[in-house]
Amino acid sequence: MDGFAKSIGGGGPNVPAGSHPAGGSQAAAGGGATQRTQYPYVTGTSVIALKYKDGVIMACDTGASYGSTLRYKSVERIKAVGKHSIIGASGEYSDFQEILRYLDELTLSDHMWDDGNSLGPKEIHNYLTRVMYNRRNKFDPLWNSLVIGGVKKGPKGDEKYLGMVNMIGTHFEENHVATGFGNHLAIPILRAEWHEDMTFEEAVKLVEKCLLVLLYRDRSSINKFQIAKITTEGSTIYPPYSLKTYWGFTHFENPAQGAVGSW
Amino acid sequence: MSSIGTGYDLSVTTFSPDGRVFQVEYATKAVDNSGTVVGIKCKDGIVLGVEKLVTSKMMLEGSNRRIHSVHRHSGLAVAGLAADGRQIVSRTKSEAASYEKVYGEAISVKELADRVASYVHLCTLYWWLRPFGCGVILGGYDRDGPQLYMIEPSGVSYKYFGAALGKGRQAAKTEIEKLKLSELTCREGIVEVAKIIYGVHDEAKDKAFELELSWICDESNRQHQKVPNELLEQAKAAAQAALEEMDAD
Repeated sequence: MDGFAKSIGGGGPNVPAGSHPAGGSQAAAGGGATQRTQYPYVTGTSVIALKYKDGVIMACDTGASYGSTLRYKSVERIKAVGKHSIIGASGEYSDFQEILRYLDELTLSDHMWDDGNSLGPKEIHNYLTRVMYNRRNKFDPLWNSLVIGGVKKGPKGDEKYLGMVNMIGTHFEENHVATGFGNHLAIPILRAEWHEDMTFEEAVKLVEKCLLVLLYRDRSSINKFQIAKITTEGSTIYPPYSLKTYWGFTHFENPAQGAVGSW
Repeated sequence: MSSIGTGYDLSVTTFSPDGRVFQVEYATKAVDNSGTVVGIKCKDGIVLGVEKLVTSKMMLEGSNRRIHSVHRHSGLAVAGLAADGRQIVSRTKSEAASYEKVYGEAISVKELADRVASYVHLCTLYWWLRPFGCGVILGGYDRDGPQLYMIEPSGVSYKYFGAALGKGRQAAKTEIEKLKLSELTCREGIVEVAKIIYGVHDEAKDKAFELELSWICDESNRQHQKVPNELLEQAKAAAQAALEEMDAD
């Protein structure tokens, strides 16, 4: 799962965990191809997304943690890609930046063809799946869970697309998708309450319900969210805002009441 | 101006007694015999136009593009041997992409022109390479505003207000000099370029041609793109009307 450091022992020299440099592959002293996985350093938490009537809506908080510290509080984890898609990422933020650079190269060469064609969300999803899977096979993964959503004209008219791919290359397409803690907290809500052709207002309400649960229960989430949508008219990433939370439960008042203390 | 090299023109690494490299001059002839290519720098951007001579009635309209985007903000119009031109375009694209990869910023047009010129010049230094048989006009829009550069087969590159290559370049340059470029917007510019190209097209020698126009301006969001179809048709219509007016005199 994202944010958990893993080390896979290779046949190489014994490097103590603390001194392992970020950025992955390291050849063994004997010049062999031993490589180790990285540890994620600056991580984003859940992203949730769902299809609605006009397209796809995606939301996440704007925080990036450095281990257990909520270090960065204004990080944009959802970006537009080309004309037809948006991508959201949880996990290592620097790997997300690298992925954005790869996608930028793709959209640039698209633009230079100038032939009216452009990459759609399905194509971007497939490309990223190849990238993620190949990196995982080299034991040098991009430590992310990516959500790609978009709308593009297809043979049956405007086709909405929403897919996910993670650091081991698992990928699928669904009507609603979540990463990280969202898998455990948001997906059950989405499964119960999502239905076909929701309006934008309904979709936002559902997304906010999930974001609120994540805010209460995920310790690496912050109360500053961004919602993005993609429709045939293009992508919109709304400015960040906060949700109202309720902490007035009786058990939260005077929390040390029943505690045994020495004074 | 055509003098026979007689012995000094066999290799690009040989100078003639009067200090000329004939192979490069012959390469320039390939450019001079191609369809006219025009570029102008307007108040708010660049307009590039090509007189694409249609060699066969079987050719599909819009194929064999002579103007290529080399980056978001720049385009390259090629005169001369088309295949050589594709190689230059490909190299320019990769130079622009690698600059952005290293420096995180779009390459400046001046820097890009330098790199194209270096590359073209490179092929005039070794006996096992032949010079490119094409000249290119590079138009771009960066922080320093719109800029126009022309790179010749010899590898020289200059910055211009207006430039022309190919068969009708002399006539085209005369027409460009008549324009008040500092007051022209790109919208007006495309009509002027269309008029110039229609004007210099030699009906007798070459039959059919297709006009290819592209621009980079504030209106196109400082991105290089083909001129939108309605504007292209308007420009063509205006150019043809102007031509008929001239013929009527």
